[in-house]
Amino acid sequence: METRLYLLQRISAMVMAPLVLAHLGLMIYAIQGGLTAAEILSRTRGSFWWAAFYGLFVVVVSIHGSLGLRAILREELKVTGPALAVIAWGAGLGLLILGLRAVMAVVI
Amino acid sequence: MMIRPHQKHSLWLAYKLHRLSGLVLVLFLPAHFYVLGLALTDASALDGFLKWTGNPLVKIAEIGLVFLLAVHIFGGLRLLALEFLPWSDQQKTWAAMAVAVSFFMAVAFLMNAI
Repeated sequence: METRLYLLQRISAMVMAPLVLAHLGLMIYAIQGGLTAAEILSRTRGSFWWAAFYGLFVVVVSIHGSLGLRAILREELKVTGPALAVIAWGAGLGLLILGLRAVMAVVI
Repeated sequence: MMIRPHQKHSLWLAYKLHRLSGLVLVLFLPAHFYVLGLALTDASALDGFLKWTGNPLVKIAEIGLVFLLAVHIFGGLRLLALEFLPWSDQQKTWAAMAVAVSFFMAVAFLMNAI
């Protein structure tokens, strides 16, 4: 179980690495001259590629973030058993739902 | 508090920084998603929020977040290299470079933000 989760954490990191680098670059580019809703939406609305990019990003970050949180709770705060599982799943699903909703909001 | 021997290792700091940056980022994400979700329900609220981000204190927080994201990705790449590539003596150099490039990213963000 722990070994599998460890591997899942590393695989999600590998998938996410290029996405994060692109996100960093995009932020530095997009912030120039300040941000407006219209500016963001003109870039993202109706774009299949941004939908795919951020859709994948949200799915992978939900896995990576919830597993990271789980590791911290387990190792630093000694949380175990059902409580650990409930928090990790709750965080993962919460991130997934909020994240996909955000992607929908900016691409549709 | 006594500092245990393994905590004197400089890579201990890299490990702590990775955990801490990851924790802050995962706590930040719901707020990030919520704000973007405003485009769905109340576009003027999104613009109002974006205007609020012009506040210098918010800018400082943003620069901090960019730094944390950068330090997490470059620290993470270091970790992946460490675990999945053959071992080398360059580990500390890479860790230092991860921080250096992260500072560069945060400064680049700062230059464009002001």
